[in-house]
Amino acid sequence: MIVQFFVPHAVGTQGYELLLQWARIVGAFALVLGIGSLFRTHWDKIRRRRPQYGYSAVTLLSFGLMVWAGIVYGTGEGGLGQRLTEMQNGTAFEWLFDNVQVPLDATMFSLLAFFIASAAYRTFRARNVEATLLLVTAVIVMLGRVPIGEMIYEKMPEVYEWIMQYPAVAGKRGILFGVALGSIATSLRIILGIERSHLGG
Amino acid sequence: MADAEQSSQLIILGLSLNPQVVGLWLQAALTFAILSFLIGDNPVYKFAEHLFVGISAGYGVVIVWKQAVLPLLIFKLLPQLGPKPDELADYWVLIPGLLGLMMLARFIPRYDWLSRYPIAFTVGLFMGAGIPAVVQMNLLQQAQATMKPVLGLGSIEWGLALSCLVVLVGVICTLTYFYFSRPHEGVLGVTSKIGIWFLMVAFGAGFGNTVMARMSLLIGRVEFLLYEWMPIVSVHLSKYVQ
Repeated sequence: MIVQFFVPHAVGTQGYELLLQWARIVGAFALVLGIGSLFRTHWDKIRRRRPQYGYSAVTLLSFGLMVWAGIVYGTGEGGLGQRLTEMQNGTAFEWLFDNVQVPLDATMFSLLAFFIASAAYRTFRARNVEATLLLVTAVIVMLGRVPIGEMIYEKMPEVYEWIMQYPAVAGKRGILFGVALGSIATSLRIILGIERSHLGG
Repeated sequence: MADAEQSSQLIILGLSLNPQVVGLWLQAALTFAILSFLIGDNPVYKFAEHLFVGISAGYGVVIVWKQAVLPLLIFKLLPQLGPKPDELADYWVLIPGLLGLMMLARFIPRYDWLSRYPIAFTVGLFMGAGIPAVVQMNLLQQAQATMKPVLGLGSIEWGLALSCLVVLVGVICTLTYFYFSRPHEGVLGVTSKIGIWFLMVAFGAGFGNTVMARMSLLIGRVEFLLYEWMPIVSVHLSKYVQ
């Protein structure tokens, strides 16, 4: 994989793409492992009638419903899915996605707005220079993205833009360099067989 | 026309329901179920939470089936089932298929060592592909973007030049904060202190952005309730009132 980056020959590029496709196939089986673990945990809870096992039944039934709607009933485009959809009337999968998954997902994450605001109110205190910088930047960024910020100070959106483009980038880039160097070092350790923890060794 | 209208209706317990209207009511009910957590953990929230886990896991399986298993494995082995029935079968995909099956050996304790081969394959592949990409994108390009010409070639834009200097100084100072081979004293102490300030600005900006992203999601849900669900409620209520 490293060699093909430096030798852009057709054989190398095709081999690279082929291996990436193979990785996606292997990854699909890895998903089976994850789903198997989820299924085993919840099935065990139901079988042993553990407290609140009814919720586990909800998880397994909704999982089964989504898989049935998507795979058996068809997802609406391409090959087998399309042919199955044509035999049926509409796609239950899309209906479930739009009316169950999307609102649940959006509301679940919007809940965090309350908890982050509450946590910030309780913990944000301008005790020293560092905490003050964090607090002031967070307030400017929040106000810079909404019309009320511009009403308070007309150049607030510009200040927000400048913070995001320069000092915030500097801090993030410093972290990114560290992450990049760390991931290269770890990759080399794995390739050279020094690091084997991923194999359980 | 009448047939088409009839086919777009869901018949449940003799009641003819429009799937779109049912969907809107379901969305509203689930939104309220999740928001009910604000008054404390309760069975309605727990139901919605477990429903979310099941539906999301199912969604993931369907997407992987549709985008990886069907086109990359099944249709290549059995082209007659796919969109190109005239193509020849590609038996090379049996190799990743076999590696994938070896991954499932984790379920059988006696043979779980077999799963090390697909793990080694995947890890090796992504490490190999990752090193050049990380060096290029996260090191070289980032370093290049940090060292922008401050004076420029023609006229000098002092505001821009100063901003570029802020980035350069900020990155160097942040890096010195992460340099632990020497004690943070003297010049290193000063630069690492400035590095912490830049880190705080970055964390504050990240925090502010996260809060506002969650806020926009919340506004989206409130807008849905006010402008999509409430009109349906008022139509239904007016029917009953009449």
